[in-house]
Amino acid sequence: MNWQAIALSLKLAFSVAAILLVAGMPIAYWVTFSRWRWKFLVEAVVALPLVLPPTVLGYYILVGLGPRNLPGRLWQSLFGHTLPFTFGGLLAASVLYSLPFAVQPFSAGFESVDRRLIEAAWTLGASRLATFFRVILPLSGAGAVTGVVLSFAHTIGEFGVVLMVGGNIPGVTRTISIDIYDQAQAGNYATANHTALLLLLFSFLVLSVIYGANRRALSLWRKL
Amino acid sequence: MRRIRRAAPILLAALAWTVPLPASGASQAARNSCGTITVAAASDLSNAMKEIAANYEKATGCAVRVSTGSSGNFLSQIENGAPFDVFFSADIAYPKKLETEGLAAPGSTVLYAVGKIVLWVRNDSRLDIAKGLAVLRDPSIQKIAIANPQHAPYGRAAEQALRGAGIYDVVKDRLVLGENIAQAAQFAESGNANAGIVALSLAQSPPLKDEGRYAAIPESLYTRIEQGAVVLRAAPNPQGARAFLDYFKSPEAVALLARYGFVLPENEKK
Repeated sequence: MNWQAIALSLKLAFSVAAILLVAGMPIAYWVTFSRWRWKFLVEAVVALPLVLPPTVLGYYILVGLGPRNLPGRLWQSLFGHTLPFTFGGLLAASVLYSLPFAVQPFSAGFESVDRRLIEAAWTLGASRLATFFRVILPLSGAGAVTGVVLSFAHTIGEFGVVLMVGGNIPGVTRTISIDIYDQAQAGNYATANHTALLLLLFSFLVLSVIYGANRRALSLWRKL
Repeated sequence: MRRIRRAAPILLAALAWTVPLPASGASQAARNSCGTITVAAASDLSNAMKEIAANYEKATGCAVRVSTGSSGNFLSQIENGAPFDVFFSADIAYPKKLETEGLAAPGSTVLYAVGKIVLWVRNDSRLDIAKGLAVLRDPSIQKIAIANPQHAPYGRAAEQALRGAGIYDVVKDRLVLGENIAQAAQFAESGNANAGIVALSLAQSPPLKDEGRYAAIPESLYTRIEQGAVVLRAAPNPQGARAFLDYFKSPEAVALLARYGFVLPENEKK
């Protein structure tokens, strides 16, 4: 069992979930409450990763942000290296790739809050920010939990983008899904099986705990 | 399953109808063994195989369907029932393993080429690669692409060569591993890695040929990459597969492989 790969995947998934919790909330808030007529365009962009093959994202990170193209050269001059083959590169790709898995449940949660309560808070003089933290967020906890857990789980399960831009560096970009692939390719079926089984049980356990402990999360998921 | 097997000749005959009739030069024997030949080929072969397959199709009227990828991955897939006719591995050990597992006829593996590795950099690189692998010590090199030594034969050779040159410990933290040799080449070609240890066959054909330069790596530094091919026991089209494998010994195919940098073994070994 490759504990280094497991630790790396956990680190990646925790980072992605944390980033999306902070960055996904404002996006979800805007998507839920904005009345802009072109809002659907933003919604479509957020949902893109649900539809796009991971190879599309992988291709643009590898080639578009590679040193042969302007964006890649800019990045290189700023940070001294290009995005592929780094943990930061995986993190950026994973955040983009898991965006809808956070934003959509968050948004569904906000949507489920009774509009009258929000308006009452505003009438009573609470600022929009105060209303969000004291009324909307507490009432849409299930959506927040679902979004965080799904983005975590989705990152653990990521494979295509990592295979394309990771470069398989132990401790940096060799995630658990890549490790299983390597073991299977090398014909080490027993090792592959141990890790795969662990991942299967882990994923099942995480989702069961969440759904079991929070029935509302389940009903929310159905609404999506 | 049994029903499918019984239906296979009928299906093949039906397929043969859909294939355009071969040019007048094609032999009757080749035409008889036709149908679609499904080939699994190591990714170092991708360019050469494309051309050989096209020539073969033109000469015989058979359809050749080529999948390229890592030899290790094909081995796993074949062990688990992948419906290929013939397997061109970058490592002769894999087809031999299939023999011992009973998935190919014992002793039927053919040594079709010997592969070589080279050090490759893009044209805009300042590295003086003529100095050999030691230039990789240069601190300006952040990433060096090789194929994954765990399951890709070219990756194993690259690692051996780096160890042989005494620089493995210096560069090991800068290695990025391609899933197969074509991906390693792509990492270097796209500029995301500063240098790559790739197959000579890839360095000698586009796009690598046009975008960079290479230096040979002394063969004393790594174990010869003996490439073996075998017709699979579960081949849907064994006759076609055998004919295609035989074609690799023809002068045209030998010349073509040589042009792609595959040195051919003087005597065929089993």
